[in-house]
Amino acid sequence: MKRIPTYILLILGSITFSIPFIWTISTALKSSSEYAKEPSRLIPAHPDFSNFAKAWTALPFPTFVWNTIFVTVICTIAQVVTGSLVAYGFSRFTFKWRNFLFFTMLATMMLPGQVTQIPVFLVWRKLHAIDTFFPLIVPAFFGGGAFNIFLLRQFFLSIPRELDEAAMLDGAGFVRIWWRILMPLSGPAVASVALFSFLSHWDAFEAPLIYLNSPEKYTVSIGLRMFQDSYGTNFEQVMAASLVHILPTILLFFVCQRYFLKGITLSGMGGK
Amino acid sequence: MVKKPSKKRLIDRQEFWGFLFICPWLIGFLIFTVGPMISSLVLSLYKYDLANAKFVGFENYRRLCTEDPLFWKSLKNTALYALLTVPLGIFGSLLVALLLNQPVKGVRLFRTLFYLPSMVPAVASALVWQWVFNADNGILNQALAFIGLPNIEWLQNEKFTLYAFVIMSLWGIGGQRMIIFLAGLQGIPESYYEAARLDGAGTLAQFRHITLPCLSPVMFFNLVLGLVGAFQVFTSAYIMTSGGPNNASLFYSLYIFRNGFEYFKLGKASAMAWILFAILLGFTLIQFALSKKWVHYEGEAK
Repeated sequence: MKRIPTYILLILGSITFSIPFIWTISTALKSSSEYAKEPSRLIPAHPDFSNFAKAWTALPFPTFVWNTIFVTVICTIAQVVTGSLVAYGFSRFTFKWRNFLFFTMLATMMLPGQVTQIPVFLVWRKLHAIDTFFPLIVPAFFGGGAFNIFLLRQFFLSIPRELDEAAMLDGAGFVRIWWRILMPLSGPAVASVALFSFLSHWDAFEAPLIYLNSPEKYTVSIGLRMFQDSYGTNFEQVMAASLVHILPTILLFFVCQRYFLKGITLSGMGGK
Repeated sequence: MVKKPSKKRLIDRQEFWGFLFICPWLIGFLIFTVGPMISSLVLSLYKYDLANAKFVGFENYRRLCTEDPLFWKSLKNTALYALLTVPLGIFGSLLVALLLNQPVKGVRLFRTLFYLPSMVPAVASALVWQWVFNADNGILNQALAFIGLPNIEWLQNEKFTLYAFVIMSLWGIGGQRMIIFLAGLQGIPESYYEAARLDGAGTLAQFRHITLPCLSPVMFFNLVLGLVGAFQVFTSAYIMTSGGPNNASLFYSLYIFRNGFEYFKLGKASAMAWILFAILLGFTLIQFALSKKWVHYEGEAK
């Protein structure tokens, strides 16, 4: 009985939060004529999947999707691998300036990207890498962001050191300990970092906008923007195209969800 | 061969391997952060358009402050946006976290539903919201019409545009910030609440004397990063309004982008970036100084 107000709030809240979604799906399923007549009808009278086909063929969408998958997968793997190596270094070793370097790393979270954007652009331009994927991919190989490293480090700290020591007695080297002990035991944290990393690259807009010029190199975000320019008034098609962009992230979220909250909770965000 | 004492060697090995493991970050930090920061500071003293570079001293800064009304407009827009969205976002996500921390059946499903909007890519979300705000048949105006209020031209009337972006930002209160609050809530030992209940503390007293102090480090984290994030709002404005109407949604980052990558005034854009950095650094330092008064760290000594 006491729980009823909680449920009411939870249900009202979830409905409010889901409305834009539900309406996106509903609009994407309306034919142009139905949308023109009854734009506000929640459940389309005649669900029509042709908007997806139209969106898919109107622009080279398959190319955009492939480009985005290429960039996102490479960056996610690079961020997880290098980020966990850095986290291993910060969590298991004592070396000169360790704490200073760790706090410097945390401080970079407060640095607005605009401060470094222009010089980095000028360097890529010098290297003739404009309109290639290099400017989007290469930075992922350098630890993959302070927040991810922090999350992994906190998780590593919660794994007993005795495990490392036992492995070392068995003759395992540091790299082996990282790969065979810490990584397998850090499933939740690794899944969270992978999810964040995937989303941030799947989602990336400003960097592709700056670096990619020719349509055959475009990622989905930039492609969608182009789509909006040419089909902006056909809301039902724009919504269908947006759903194509949204779907993979939602699917991945459901796959990772089991680990996801745990990864952050156990990392002891509250403790620090 | 005589081996040296192993203790010393172990420390050397530790030093070497530790450094080796953090190298990816350290090298990246030097190449992608320190180097570019220095160059951008130098660049901000030049007039540079990719072809010609001319040293002008502090001219870029002076002209921004005295001769560029759009600079002030973008700063004002962004400050107002931050002033509204940061507190709303923090209290909203705290409320949602408290709600989703209740031990009720199906709470995981609700967590998912509240979190989902944050999984929507920024461009798609901008397109969806552009249509939510549509003046003729967007759902927001339909909801207003339902309760008898007149239509609002959210993205065409400059009086409302900024507030449209504030409303849109609320869609994200179930996201990462909420998860961080939730993690903080779950880190509070149940024994604290039990002790308080034994002392006869009610729900509100428990919230005020246990939950809030225990959450204060998390709140601080969200506050600092929330402000940094709010000052960098870009994608939604670029897609939905391109900064209009009449520059009502010209945010600071958008104006930097225009100067840098559309007008190729790279010196001016660098100067703007450094002003942004100075503002954020100033706010962060103030927050750190104030935090001593209200943020409680467990054990304090750490």
